[in-house]
Amino acid sequence: MFERIREIIAEQTGKDVEEITMETNVKTDLEADSLDLFQIINDIEDEFDVKIENVEGIETVGDVVKIVEEGKKD
Amino acid sequence: MRRRCVITGMGAVTPCGNDVDEFWNNIKNGVSGIDYITKFDTEGFKVKIGGEVKNFNPEQYISKKDVKRNDLYSIYAIAAAKQAYDMSGLKDEEIDHDRFGVIVGSGIGGLMTINEQIVKLVEKGPSKVSPLFIPMSISNMAAGNISIMFKAQGISENVVSACATGTSSIGEAYLKIVDGYQDIMIAGGSEASITPIGVAGFANLTALSTNPDPKKASRPFDKNRDGFVMGDGAGMLVLEELEHAIKRGAKIYAEIVGYGSSSDAYHITAPCPDGSGGAKAMRYAIEEAGIKPEDIDYINAHGTSTPANDGAETASIKLALGEHAKKVAISSSKSMTGHLLGAAGAIEAIVCVKAIEDDFAPPTINYETPDEECDLDYVPNVGRSMRIRYALSDNLGFGGHNAVLCFKKWEGR
Repeated sequence: MFERIREIIAEQTGKDVEEITMETNVKTDLEADSLDLFQIINDIEDEFDVKIENVEGIETVGDVVKIVEEGKKD
Repeated sequence: MRRRCVITGMGAVTPCGNDVDEFWNNIKNGVSGIDYITKFDTEGFKVKIGGEVKNFNPEQYISKKDVKRNDLYSIYAIAAAKQAYDMSGLKDEEIDHDRFGVIVGSGIGGLMTINEQIVKLVEKGPSKVSPLFIPMSISNMAAGNISIMFKAQGISENVVSACATGTSSIGEAYLKIVDGYQDIMIAGGSEASITPIGVAGFANLTALSTNPDPKKASRPFDKNRDGFVMGDGAGMLVLEELEHAIKRGAKIYAEIVGYGSSSDAYHITAPCPDGSGGAKAMRYAIEEAGIKPEDIDYINAHGTSTPANDGAETASIKLALGEHAKKVAISSSKSMTGHLLGAAGAIEAIVCVKAIEDDFAPPTINYETPDEECDLDYVPNVGRSMRIRYALSDNLGFGGHNAVLCFKKWEGR
């Protein structure tokens, strides 16, 4: 799952996949603004067939992975 | 004394080449850039051909992230503007940014983005529509992006007159310079409307050729013409006030000496068959240049390859030029590029400048069967070396818009 999420984030932010780890901060390290985040969440929702509600709480890539994992359990 | 406006830079992204040299070389040699559409699956479409831009690398001009945030029409515009700016030799630190403007139009704007996002809305619901949908699709964003890129803080506008957009934009920018509002302008047009919704719409309007042969379908002024072929791309010029250009030692490629604009005020899509509206625009441009019809050596025609346009345009040329219509060299580069709609006038302005510079009239290819309604010299199939001092570029748009520019060889002050 991390691999796929990393690809989606890299694609949207124009960064290399290798730059992105679980600890990477989406806003500060990847310079993603609210528009990027919207697109990333959108693509992830489609990819994993989940609904992500709490976007405000997202800081790192690890947070995104956690939210998707929780969403999958429901 | 009225200020003068010269061309000091040009940029092109076209079906026939992604820079001015490659583009002009192909146009000169009658090389078609039309082929089968690859941007989407044309299964079920009446029309399967178009003039797509090929081997274009957007990251040569903007970051990977910005590629995702812009529609292709805007990216083509940025690329052509960057080429034109580099060619002009302008230096950022020497520019008065308040006197530096942009007038760049697009016939439609970000049509692929509109197409994709409406599909998203219908299939997945309103919450899935991209927040970038609006900024990516609006047709002024090419102008906006170019102003941002070069910090051009003067006039920034999007002039739209359908297929006359490129010519109207350059004409309006020329006026801003001669009337004293700006010293430098980036002007042109951009289009990327080869999309499912674009092709379906134009095809059902019966505006497009249904000839399946990509190399033969666009045949302006030929008796067997049956419609135009859509094309993508952008053309940009750097226009500069003459003294401003001379002072910084810029290379001058040609001068714009006249601009004529009129409306048929007749029909939403058909040109007035007698060609009177188009003739007025040509006459205004010639008058503004202070010359006589006999001084015109070359006309880059709108020449879309539709039955209606090419007949009415021929009538316009006869009305405007009188007896001289039979002597002037006329060609349609759309026989090779297809019809770039809002970008057409911009890339064709570049053809005029290069024709003047090289003293060479490019051909109208696929001219096989003469039409009694179109009985002028269309430089059939093979280009011609000839002295070209004055050239006209003619463009006409849905809605009855007629726009004509008059270019003059730069022969020094």
